[in-house]
Amino acid sequence: MLFGISWDTSSNGAFAVSILPILLRGLLVTIEASIVGFVIALTLGLALASLKSNRRRAVSWPARLLTEFIRDTPLLVQLFFLYYVLPDYGVVLPAFLTGALALGIQYSAYTSEVYRAGLESVLRGQIEAARALDLPPGRIFRVIVLPQAVPRIIPALGNYLVSIMKDVPVLSVVSVLEMLSVAKIIGDRTFNYLIPLSMVGGLYLVLTIVASAGARYLDIRLPKRGLPLR
Amino acid sequence: MNDNNAIIRFEKVVKRFGDTTVLDGLDFDVHAGEKVAIIGPSGSGKSTVLRILMTLEGIDSGMIHVAGKPLWHQYRNDQLVPAGEAHLREMRKEMGMVFQQFNLFPHMTVRRNITEAPMHVLGLSRKQARERAHEYLELVGLADQADKFPSQLSGGQQQRVAIARALAMHPNIMLFDEPTSALDPELVGEVLNVIQRLSEEHDLTMLLVTHEMQFAREISDRVCFFDQGRIVEQAPPEELFSEPREERTREFLKGFLKASSAA
Repeated sequence: MLFGISWDTSSNGAFAVSILPILLRGLLVTIEASIVGFVIALTLGLALASLKSNRRRAVSWPARLLTEFIRDTPLLVQLFFLYYVLPDYGVVLPAFLTGALALGIQYSAYTSEVYRAGLESVLRGQIEAARALDLPPGRIFRVIVLPQAVPRIIPALGNYLVSIMKDVPVLSVVSVLEMLSVAKIIGDRTFNYLIPLSMVGGLYLVLTIVASAGARYLDIRLPKRGLPLR
Repeated sequence: MNDNNAIIRFEKVVKRFGDTTVLDGLDFDVHAGEKVAIIGPSGSGKSTVLRILMTLEGIDSGMIHVAGKPLWHQYRNDQLVPAGEAHLREMRKEMGMVFQQFNLFPHMTVRRNITEAPMHVLGLSRKQARERAHEYLELVGLADQADKFPSQLSGGQQQRVAIARALAMHPNIMLFDEPTSALDPELVGEVLNVIQRLSEEHDLTMLLVTHEMQFAREISDRVCFFDQGRIVEQAPPEELFSEPREERTREFLKGFLKASSAA
């Protein structure tokens, strides 16, 4: 029994059907962690990207160093650090939030590179023209750079969303009950690992296919009139 | 030269890119309402003069005044200090610039390209900005293209939109940086016509970097020949083109004549 739902081990089929609602609970946590992590990665990545493209070395270099550091250390190490070290300094976050934060930080390093490539694709000449028109820097970014950069970066960001989803099981080590850890608990208690783990694989496949399709849809739907896309 | 009528004044301006000196102690004055053509070989620093005026490039030393105010410097407690962003933004209001590559915003319609800055810099209402856009599109002969995207227009039309976009900010000084160099030959005329109309009907100060010698001769009050970061010779067009005083100017013009008669 898990989440108040018990399983039926009379046959493989009945077992699969009975544990499906339990695994779906886990799937929900997996989706939530992916989304929260992705949103953090998107915002933090944008901040990192704008710092990295700053003209002043004193600003761009620390941001570059930080990106490199995040990218070159394992997610698990960062997760342990947030989960076990931060409380020593009075920052106590729930396991779920810690996990989502770790995912978000890890992937912000990647998204910041995606943003940077997108930003650089907006021609310097356009930015100069905007400056010559005396548009303030914030507005240049919002109405000239972003609308042209976003359609170019959506496909790459979609890939990272799928990637984040596949990294969520790492959060099981800090006791987040996402789909894989739920399946493992079921296996531990019933000594049948084959069926829950196969179902996790299947559900993951459905999840990632839906996410990729969503990204494709967004990519197709975004306003691109007039934009030369390579 | 001490001339109080100068709307633009360069004094001993030096600009370097790495080891190359692009402007080598340049002194240069432009009067209000004057049309000045700048000619010279590529790399002579002529485009740099416009880019510095538009505050797209800084200077290494010297002093520039525009409309009586220092461009790259400002006064703080009676002390001349390097200009901050607020001062530069204020100074940019004096000038408009047209680029070789047009640099329209490809994701915006022609109308939006023109209304964006008047609305968000000058604070015009949408209605006022649209009226102004219409007025200048009419001036460049493209009033019926307002809803198109730049990629749907020819190069010549795009450059005319870029001219309308710059004019809609009501600058006192217009800077043209080789406005026809990126155009197919058959499209050059329509852009030159617009610039010519502007110079005749408006009281704008105009600086025009160009390789179109005939055009420079027709519209300018004065032609400046640039070479190696200095003005080698400057004179009214009829004088400079028919009897250049400097050997270097003669060589340059001769090369040009050969090239254009060969073409």
